[in-house]
Amino acid sequence: MVTYIIRRLIGALAMLFIVSAVTFSIFFVVPRLAGVTADDIANRYVGRAATAETVVAVAEKLGLHDPVVVQYGRWVKGIFVGADYDYGSGVEFCPAPCFGYSFVTKQPVWPDLMDRLPVTLSLAAGASIIWLIVGVSVGVLSALRRGSIFDRGAMIIALAGVSLPPFFTGLVALSILSYGLGITAPGGAYVPLSEDPVQWAYSLILPWLTLAFLNAAAYARLTRAGMLDTMGEDYIRTARAKGLKERVVIGKHGLRAALTPIVTIFGLDVGILIGGAILTENAFSLQGLGKYATTAIAAQDLPKIMGFTMLAAFFIVVANLIVDLLYAVVDPRVRLS
Amino acid sequence: MTFLQLKDLKIHFPTDDGLVKSVDGLSFDLERGKTLGIVGESGSGKSVTSLGILGLHKGGRAKISGEVWLDGEELVSASPEHVRSLRGKKMSMIFQDPLSAMHPYYTVGDQIIEAYRIHNKVSKKVAKKHAIDMLGRVGIPQPDRRVDSYPHEFSGGMRQRAMIAMSLSCDPELLIADEPTTALDVTVQAQILDLMRDLQRDFNAALIIITHDLGVVAELSDDILVMYGGKCIEYGAADDIFERPEHPYTWGLLGSMPRLDREVTERLLPIKGTPPSLINVPSGCAFHPRCAFEPRNGGKGRTLVPDLVETEGGHLVRCHLSREERRDIWATEIKPKLES
Repeated sequence: MVTYIIRRLIGALAMLFIVSAVTFSIFFVVPRLAGVTADDIANRYVGRAATAETVVAVAEKLGLHDPVVVQYGRWVKGIFVGADYDYGSGVEFCPAPCFGYSFVTKQPVWPDLMDRLPVTLSLAAGASIIWLIVGVSVGVLSALRRGSIFDRGAMIIALAGVSLPPFFTGLVALSILSYGLGITAPGGAYVPLSEDPVQWAYSLILPWLTLAFLNAAAYARLTRAGMLDTMGEDYIRTARAKGLKERVVIGKHGLRAALTPIVTIFGLDVGILIGGAILTENAFSLQGLGKYATTAIAAQDLPKIMGFTMLAAFFIVVANLIVDLLYAVVDPRVRLS
Repeated sequence: MTFLQLKDLKIHFPTDDGLVKSVDGLSFDLERGKTLGIVGESGSGKSVTSLGILGLHKGGRAKISGEVWLDGEELVSASPEHVRSLRGKKMSMIFQDPLSAMHPYYTVGDQIIEAYRIHNKVSKKVAKKHAIDMLGRVGIPQPDRRVDSYPHEFSGGMRQRAMIAMSLSCDPELLIADEPTTALDVTVQAQILDLMRDLQRDFNAALIIITHDLGVVAELSDDILVMYGGKCIEYGAADDIFERPEHPYTWGLLGSMPRLDREVTERLLPIKGTPPSLINVPSGCAFHPRCAFEPRNGGKGRTLVPDLVETEGGHLVRCHLSREERRDIWATEIKPKLES
């Protein structure tokens, strides 16, 4: 078990290293191949009004003429211990974890990311709890009443849920419930949890439901399929032959096995979601990581995009790690191999 | 009073393709301490019968009629909840493949403890001690340590032993073993059969062994019931079935059995064709399309279902051939080939 954990930890670190190298290559190396020069990048920092000499000087100070490996090393070092940046207006120390400064706002990237994180975390936490509970319950009931009106209705709604993107369902929900009936908060109204928990929940309920609808639908279908599979297993027949009550057969023997793949996917989904629920955040104008990323991409703000990418990758890798460890807890057969 | 009695049990499954008559009018008696072997090919209805006795078809799509009397209680008409309370306690079952029949996520001990505690209000600690006792009794070495193992950590034979321990944990009076040795190595098969014989003697339970392997029933059974197409086609004491079988299908089963004491040059005598579809059961005698002796009764087998009639001392046969014809065929045509 200990070696299993150590192996997974090493794997996770290796994965983060690879992601950082790939990210760096995509944003720094590939543009060079396409003809973007170090001076072009420096130009993004100093602005359009700068003279050619200033641009070259800044590029030199930022080390943009150094070999790629040196630049990558400097970038990684900045993440761990911080780095000095000089845009021609004096040296500034960017404390760790440093992902550089935004081209647009000239602000360091990391504090911005941390500002946005609570919004995305709030969105992900609420939505994932709702979709897990609703999705699994509907899936189990559907499986047990296969072919019933409940099952058919639930599966049609689930199909709709999987097919409809949040920018559609979100906007429809907003226009009806918020702007039409006025029972939910309008878009963009986020209140931090620490200020007022009730207002926090009220401001997020619609985004939660929108996001949960999408995923609950997928989970309902998954759970249903998993339950149908499991309930046909021999060990379910054994459980019944022992004289167990049907409730226990389903809840203890059936669900336990059917939930294992769900746990895996849930961990990954939450990890991905913490890296930014791009569509939902945009539909509700929530200033989370997803919205941050879309804004950064639209402005071609490289340091922001790279910072966001690394943070999102970090959450996904951590989620993967947790899922792997959880898997060993849930399924004893994993512990040995 | 007979301990277990089936009267005209029918278990039919409606499907999109038609009614599947898995069990179609089965009757037999079984006393405590006795062993009945139910023999037949895949799809002959043997497993459906056993699940039907345990009431595991209740609440499903199956249409069940007839009577199952267990120790003075009729089970087909009893409430599912009542039958559930008997399952595992009064009657229990051993399944074919012990790996898939045990839950992979729970330890062997937990599964035995669970079976015990459903029917006995005892603490987990007492139940665990009982589980260790049971594991020791079925011959698992170091049961106090192995009780915390998972099924995948056991070998096939050990798993089947654990399965048997689980089935016996509440002292059942009726034990049904559905192909208990099919998934095991030949050397382990003999050990498991020995174990079951010993345990049955200790527990004085009624035992039903379901198998396609005549060798297994020869080891254990007092009586043998041969099933074909959901019906009993021959029933009798084990000696009668092996010494004086009267149904052409039983002859076929005996002829299909590889035997070490026979000359290697001698070919097996397999039954031609495949088991009947239970949706479109052949008209008349279900076995007639595969029966080598069908022409000898003037085509009756194609239209008329033969009755199950007693030929002698509790030996029942369902065949259109007359008793004399059957005995004659057995003595002159079949037996010499089997013994050559």
